[in-house]
Amino acid sequence: MKIAVCLKRVPDTTAKITIGPDRKSITDTGLKFVPNPYDEFALEAALALKEKSGGGETVVYSVGTDASAETLRTALAMGIDRAVLLQAPGGADGLAIAQALAAELGAGAFDLLLFGKMAVDDHNHAVGPMTAELLAIPCITSVAKMTIENGAVEAEREIEGGIEVVTCSLPAVITCEKGLNNPRLPSLKGIMAAKKKPLETKPAALGAPTLEIVSLELPPERQPGRIVGEGADAVPALVQLLRTEAKVL
Amino acid sequence: MADRVLAIMEQRDGALRKVSYEVIAAARLLGDVDALVLCEGAVEGTGDLRAVGAARVLSAAHPDFRLYNPDGFAATIGELASGYSAVVFAGTATGRDLAPRVAARLKVSCATDVIELGRDGAAVTATRPVYAGKVLQKIRLTGTPAVASIRPNTFPADKPAEPGPPGEVESVTVPAFATRVTVKEIKAAATATLDVTEAPIVVSGGRGLKEPANFKLLEDLAAALGTAAVGASRAVVDAGWRDHGAQVGQTGKTVSPGLYFAIGISGAIQHLAGMRTAKVIVAINRDKDAPIFKVADYGIVGDLFEILPRLTDEIKRVRAGQ
Repeated sequence: MKIAVCLKRVPDTTAKITIGPDRKSITDTGLKFVPNPYDEFALEAALALKEKSGGGETVVYSVGTDASAETLRTALAMGIDRAVLLQAPGGADGLAIAQALAAELGAGAFDLLLFGKMAVDDHNHAVGPMTAELLAIPCITSVAKMTIENGAVEAEREIEGGIEVVTCSLPAVITCEKGLNNPRLPSLKGIMAAKKKPLETKPAALGAPTLEIVSLELPPERQPGRIVGEGADAVPALVQLLRTEAKVL
Repeated sequence: MADRVLAIMEQRDGALRKVSYEVIAAARLLGDVDALVLCEGAVEGTGDLRAVGAARVLSAAHPDFRLYNPDGFAATIGELASGYSAVVFAGTATGRDLAPRVAARLKVSCATDVIELGRDGAAVTATRPVYAGKVLQKIRLTGTPAVASIRPNTFPADKPAEPGPPGEVESVTVPAFATRVTVKEIKAAATATLDVTEAPIVVSGGRGLKEPANFKLLEDLAAALGTAAVGASRAVVDAGWRDHGAQVGQTGKTVSPGLYFAIGISGAIQHLAGMRTAKVIVAINRDKDAPIFKVADYGIVGDLFEILPRLTDEIKRVRAGQ
């Protein structure tokens, strides 16, 4: 099987985010960046599928600035065969990025295109299914369990109050949810090997924007609350406040 | 173009889901609303949608629409959408899957999980939490139609107190479509049926509960509260105590319930990001310096194993008296 994984470089989830002077972007200085956690499930799925089949190729793609090369090297260190960086300034326009990926991936003759279900920076949940629509191939999103046999995928995705069982044939786009697998850490040997693996760089063919960022703002601070009391004896006072002051019971 | 807005209703098992009313409420901020129901046959509540603000109610019926049909739904909405200035979806598992498919067909971007909608001239504007709620992003959608999904529990909806007379429902044609993806069935979830993103009350537990079996205390509290879901911190999900579908925080779900209980949760930045938009937050923790108390409206410091049974009893007593 030939498998593509799309990867985004994002700020570490534990990092404090500071809005930049333009009020439209965040300050990168001093910020730690990591591979998008949901994309790591996609990388692991690709590696496990290749190991199981005993052949094929895995290729990782990222749309981003030159700094994304480091993130791609992490994927190579995990075991992905080669990487392609599609250079573009950062952006929140999901369609423009999907168009760049579709233009590149459409020619790749891939059996499977894996994405994270969303990026933890801009939370769009969009680029995977949009890329599938542009390529006119099936797509199953937010997949927490999947089996691939005889050119067909059977997947499970969590919905509110249940689990959908969904099927499609290959080639397909699958977006990965937490629970799909446990991503491996790069080994020392993998890190050394990654330095020699091919990493191609070329400009991204971004589509025309249909979304613009007006501003970024910090959410309003919550008003400081109060400690109602200590121990179980404080329970009646708490319930009273929830009923009469907060009016939520 | 007149500001006509298409609101995509969500139904399951022949009944409209609560979030559908919220979609109408949000869509009304942008113009006159046509509500579209995609279904196999009759859907309970469809006739009442005019009473909650829909100008027209449209029904797209197809034998393959008993369950979610990504290709058929996207084809139907994609064809209808050209007559509208905006299309509004629910930010649910289905809506988040469907909205980008429709947007890609219409060659526009989409605004996912918005908490505010408005207009700036002809363009639709939206506010959406990014970086798991650490930052609010204000955007303009410059393509037509504008495509957005709304976060559940955020746009207050009218729901008719009692069913009105059946209103007029117009049929729309489902275009021919190729089925590339098939939803075979919906299996019951391993855990509770109420999702943390949709529940009006969420009771979340963390490592302070000491072991998985002690989540029974939270389940008891949730049962006493009525419509409440049990959530969990990343630490306990990573430890395998709870299903990841219950995780609240940056790599889990972002919730906005009316009431949120954080029990035995210290309040790591990635957890706070997932629940800070709750209307009222209650924290129970034995460490009085835990960061969770900085965002909580009400807190109790102490041993949760003593406090929880008492709280459950007190809530049962109060609710029985209502």
